Amino acid sequence: MSLWNWLLAASLVAYATKLAGYMVPAAWLENEHMTRIAGALTIGLLASLTAVNAFSAGDSLVLDARVGALLVAALALLLRAPFLIVVIAGAATAAVLRLSLF
Amino acid sequence: MVFWQSPAVRIALSISVATGLYGISFGALAVASGLTVWQTVALSFLMFTGGSQFAFIGVVGGGGSGSAAFGAAALLGVRNAVYGMQMNRMLRPRGWRKYLAAQITIDESTATAAGQLAPEEQRRGFWTAGLGVFALWNLFTLVGALAGDAMGDPRAWGLDGAAVAAFLALLWPRLTAREPVALAVVCALVTVLVVPVAPPGVPILVAAFVAALWGWRSRGAKQEGVEQDVDAQRYEGASANGSAGTSKELS
Repeated sequence: MSLWNWLLAASLVAYATKLAGYMVPAAWLENEHMTRIAGALTIGLLASLTAVNAFSAGDSLVLDARVGALLVAALALLLRAPFLIVVIAGAATAAVLRLSLF
Repeated sequence: MVFWQSPAVRIALSISVATGLYGISFGALAVASGLTVWQTVALSFLMFTGGSQFAFIGVVGGGGSGSAAFGAAALLGVRNAVYGMQMNRMLRPRGWRKYLAAQITIDESTATAAGQLAPEEQRRGFWTAGLGVFALWNLFTLVGALAGDAMGDPRAWGLDGAAVAAFLALLWPRLTAREPVALAVVCALVTVLVVPVAPPGVPILVAAFVAALWGWRSRGAKQEGVEQDVDAQRYEGASANGSAGTSKELS
């Protein structure tokens, strides 16, 4: 198969995967047990996304300027800064650390 | 509430800009990996899930076969099925909206919705982040593919630091009690431990599995915070038709 065909097939699978989640009837998820699982899943996914973005580079762990961004973002959140300020503080920290350290 | 005054919309727009700009590096890398401009643009438009796209061009760029690129992209996209389940439960899109929602179900749109507590805000957050990232990601993919890597590495602008801060900020409002904090720490640790031994994308799935198990076994008081979206759903039921929350009133 040509690269185009693999590209289209992979895109189709990506869409089918997303849609598969939506095809699970919401009614199945409507009980106390599933509500707890969904709530825990939300926290787990957000925590995992934070960790992946802070510490991973492909399949290895890296400590770099992003750790500074994580700490400064946590500090900004402790000080009740609004979302946009938190994000800008994170970006600025990573950019400045990279300029000065790496 | 006016669209522009919604906190979820503002969050979604800042995430759209930060993530969309990453499209430049995707576009530039894809062309450098040997894809044509059209193939690069097609990937962002049709596949539209950053991790899988980077995996696909990574395999091709490393000399791998089309089938290997296909496999890597498919594996990385599996977490989107978990997101789809969550979003379907949270947003209940109907008819054609379900098929559109599926295409824009990615890390950023799911996280923006999940970071909100009120159902209306969850909905606004999801659609604004999903469509916003889609528009800018595709635009900047084209820019990157045409301009090559002349525009440089987005990490130099600190965009990777912005992503870390954004995900933490979305998690933050849910850390209201001891149990959610413990759960978040465990899932972050599990993720970090799995990163070196599994392909990218899989650590999130393992953390999701641990979180689901945690929720499954959880027997604590309702106020402990893990099931925070219960109240939001009830609120929605009460304001919409007064019956949507009935199945949860049994306890």
